[in-house]
Amino acid sequence: MSKRTIIPFGPQHPVLPEPIQLRLVMEEERVVEALPAIGYIHRGLEKLVEKKDFNQCVFLAERVCGICSFLHSVTYSQGIEEMMSVAVPDRAKFLRLIWGEIHRVHSHLLWLGLLADSFGFENVFMHAWRCREKVLDLMEKTAGHRVMLGTCCVGGVRRDITDEGLAEVLRVVDELQKEFDEFVPVVLNDYSIKQRTIGVGKLTKEQAAELGAVGPVARASGIARDFRETGYAAYGQVGFKIVTATSGDCYARIQVRCGEMYECLEMIRRAVKALPAGAINVAVKGNPSGEVVSRVEQPRGEVVYYLKGNGTKNLERMRIRTPTFANLAPLLAMLPGCELADVPVIVLSIDPCISCTER
Amino acid sequence: MANMIKRVFSNLFGRPATRLYPFTRREPFVGSRGRLQNDIDKCIFCGMCQRRCPTDAIVVGKKPDKSWTFDRYRCIVCGYCVEVCPVKCLSLDPKHGD
Repeated sequence: MSKRTIIPFGPQHPVLPEPIQLRLVMEEERVVEALPAIGYIHRGLEKLVEKKDFNQCVFLAERVCGICSFLHSVTYSQGIEEMMSVAVPDRAKFLRLIWGEIHRVHSHLLWLGLLADSFGFENVFMHAWRCREKVLDLMEKTAGHRVMLGTCCVGGVRRDITDEGLAEVLRVVDELQKEFDEFVPVVLNDYSIKQRTIGVGKLTKEQAAELGAVGPVARASGIARDFRETGYAAYGQVGFKIVTATSGDCYARIQVRCGEMYECLEMIRRAVKALPAGAINVAVKGNPSGEVVSRVEQPRGEVVYYLKGNGTKNLERMRIRTPTFANLAPLLAMLPGCELADVPVIVLSIDPCISCTER
Repeated sequence: MANMIKRVFSNLFGRPATRLYPFTRREPFVGSRGRLQNDIDKCIFCGMCQRRCPTDAIVVGKKPDKSWTFDRYRCIVCGYCVEVCPVKCLSLDPKHGD
């Protein structure tokens, strides 16, 4: 056995947007084991629900993540609505779906750019982020803010999209489709990208199931599981197709996320066409009481909110299980056996969101 | 790869995707949320905005003082106060950076 050394990967590393440390046990250039250390950006958001009114906590939930922010507020609001037996108007459900899918496109484009950056492909990075800029502008036009939409509330949504706004959504969706048609085949067929991702960071279907992988990581290993299947919000009425791949490597994760971007655009088109008229929210009276588990499919996978109310305006407990936390164990299974130069690509391939994980 | 040639030429000869901010500015979109403004002459100092603000950025002094103070650095521009204001004296100005 050759001599083993430990190389710290992070918490500050050029490819990491957020701090996490992986202590890599190395044998020459090969990783033998990875030991994670988290806890660099814990903010105590879960504790804050005890101090704030449950309506104000929608904004708090939204700030758990700076990328899939809207979907956090949807998960929280759906939980409170279930606890208080509030029937959300159909239009609000469709608007939640539209904004949710716009968020997914922006998150996947951000990820594609960061992944390309991790293996030094700056062109793809800039191209993906230029496309993402259109999505961010669309969010600002329809919701008033680029990332923190702030449009979800308990009982529905706080803001409607006008007919002109919906026309703009369709125009941007068509524009994005053209952009994707142009550069997604290039990304998927590029020699350098294939060299850096095919066969790298493999996770078998059995490993993914055993370790509890969620979202695109699980789907890239051949597990066709997506929480949107349950039909929450308007997903049951709009319908969607689960995108999967079978090889379970970094390339499969690119395939799944690129496929999902197309699927998102299709869903937005269908939702805009089927958008019902009517109210966008209902008045919510009283305070939440009881326990509920609320789940939503985020860009990175399934997020779980446990909420406990005691009949007062403040919740007693909120517990969040984020998708990156679930994907950390699969990540540690992907790393052994890989070369040190492939570690950034594998880490980025799970689309880590550490500030979500630590809340 | 051939379908990228159009993009290559547009990158070489087209306008840059970015602006020379702050010299060139984009007009804010209609309905964009910016800094909070209060038309103090219309304000009735009811304190609704203070109670709803999730970050405790607003402090309202009731009678006899009648004051309305706002900590811009605490504000998260959520617009909750604007929504609940009974006399609609609060608004979010989409312009920023001045």
